[in-house]
Amino acid sequence: MNTCSGIWFTKEEIGLSNSSFVSIEKLTYAFESNRPIFQNLTMDVKAGEFVSVIGASGSGKSTLFKLITGLLEPDQGEIWINGENVGNRLGKVGYMPQKDLLLPWRTVLDNVLLPLEVSKENSQRRIPEIREWLNRFGLTEWETAYPDELSGGMRQRVAFLRTIMTGRDLLLLDEPFGALDSLTKRNMHSWLLGLWGELQKTVVFITHDLEEAILLSDRIYLLGRETLQEINVKLPRPRSSELIYQSEFITMRKELECMIHDDR
Amino acid sequence: MIGNWKKWLGEYGPFLLVTILIVSGWEWVVRRGMIPAFILPSPSAIWMSLIENRELLLEDHLPATLKEVLLGFGLSLGGGLLLGVGMHFSRPLEKVLYPFLVISQTIPLIAISPIFIMWFGYSIWSKVAVTILIAIFPIVVSTYDGLKAGGIEYRELLLTMGANRWTIFKKIQLPMALPSILSGLKMSVVYCVVGATIGEWLGASVGLGYFSRRMSGNLKADAVFAAIFLLSLLGIVLFLIISFIEKMLLKNQIRN
Repeated sequence: MNTCSGIWFTKEEIGLSNSSFVSIEKLTYAFESNRPIFQNLTMDVKAGEFVSVIGASGSGKSTLFKLITGLLEPDQGEIWINGENVGNRLGKVGYMPQKDLLLPWRTVLDNVLLPLEVSKENSQRRIPEIREWLNRFGLTEWETAYPDELSGGMRQRVAFLRTIMTGRDLLLLDEPFGALDSLTKRNMHSWLLGLWGELQKTVVFITHDLEEAILLSDRIYLLGRETLQEINVKLPRPRSSELIYQSEFITMRKELECMIHDDR
Repeated sequence: MIGNWKKWLGEYGPFLLVTILIVSGWEWVVRRGMIPAFILPSPSAIWMSLIENRELLLEDHLPATLKEVLLGFGLSLGGGLLLGVGMHFSRPLEKVLYPFLVISQTIPLIAISPIFIMWFGYSIWSKVAVTILIAIFPIVVSTYDGLKAGGIEYRELLLTMGANRWTIFKKIQLPMALPSILSGLKMSVVYCVVGATIGEWLGASVGLGYFSRRMSGNLKADAVFAAIFLLSLLGIVLFLIISFIEKMLLKNQIRN
């Protein structure tokens, strides 16, 4: 039983549209001849929602992403994206892996253009639009720089912009700020919260930073060994990164920690 | 300007100094008559021989060898890249070809060359065949290994963007394999000079290898050394050309 019931987490709707953008039904997946890493996993993400997935290392967070992107196929169960259950999901979602994976021989601009080149779009025609994005991401001066000239935070922003340039409505972000120092991380949070309103995307976000999860998400999935818990974060948007100092926020964090310990 | 000069001296100074020491020591030993000149000619005698034979060497023999080397290298390059890429894309091809490639390198070149002379005669093709046999191996292996090493994470990222195999090859694997391929080319081009020389030793009517063999028959050690000097110089120049191309191609890849 959940002994951590508190006032800050309720499971009611938080004013988003009802249509599921991603729905995963009774997903089972096992690596060869091992105990299944997921069994009958069911979760859904609504359009425009920011959902975090928290779990201990080895709980299969990254595997979950590979299943959603279509790099892996489920043993059982179904994955629906935008109401479609197509066989080949590759190329249907924007995926940002843990490492930035910028190509060292390409400039910032050329790295960002990569998804357009892959989808054979006329990338030259979209350069004005991309310049605008670079500006919004604070990367204008770095357009012709190479990745090794950038700081960790900038590299992560370039990788994020590259993910947006896939043009997909669903973005899967795998611990994008995991490798950053805490100061840079905080800056990235403020920046992302500021951007969120105009971004118009649906995001699934892997992290093991509880503070980050509460601050950024509308909903949190707690991926345990056997169970999946769902938590609504009832903090109004737009949010500021100053929230973390409020007692309300600290209580939330405490409860979340308690729930994780309960699960073990 | 002076900074550049100092940097250059720091880079190549020790090598130059040792070379000067060796050459002067060598000259001194031979001049003192410690070693007879027909066994080890002095550097100055080699130089004189080079000047004496310059027309023959530079107008007939060097161009002939260069032609064999370039032809052999060109064909090895084309064939090697093709085989390396082919093995990368096709498992069966890799399984069949790889053992043969390794076997081809265990064959003593000197032993098989007479067979090439039998097949292709004294024409340029017997020399080119020996050159290809020795020069294609590093190209195939460096291409194949370089393509195999191209990070799986990048591959997955491009797959999620909806890329097909060819796009991944073009955008990720080929640029990533480039440093390895170029290392292979540097080795290969030097081997080409070796291959062409061995081919000429065993059957030719022109070329630096042929010249050095004829001169050794005449016990003209200084002329043999002159030909060896030119061959070595040829190898160095070809190596430097590939190194230069490498620098141009990889200037964004190895930026640190």
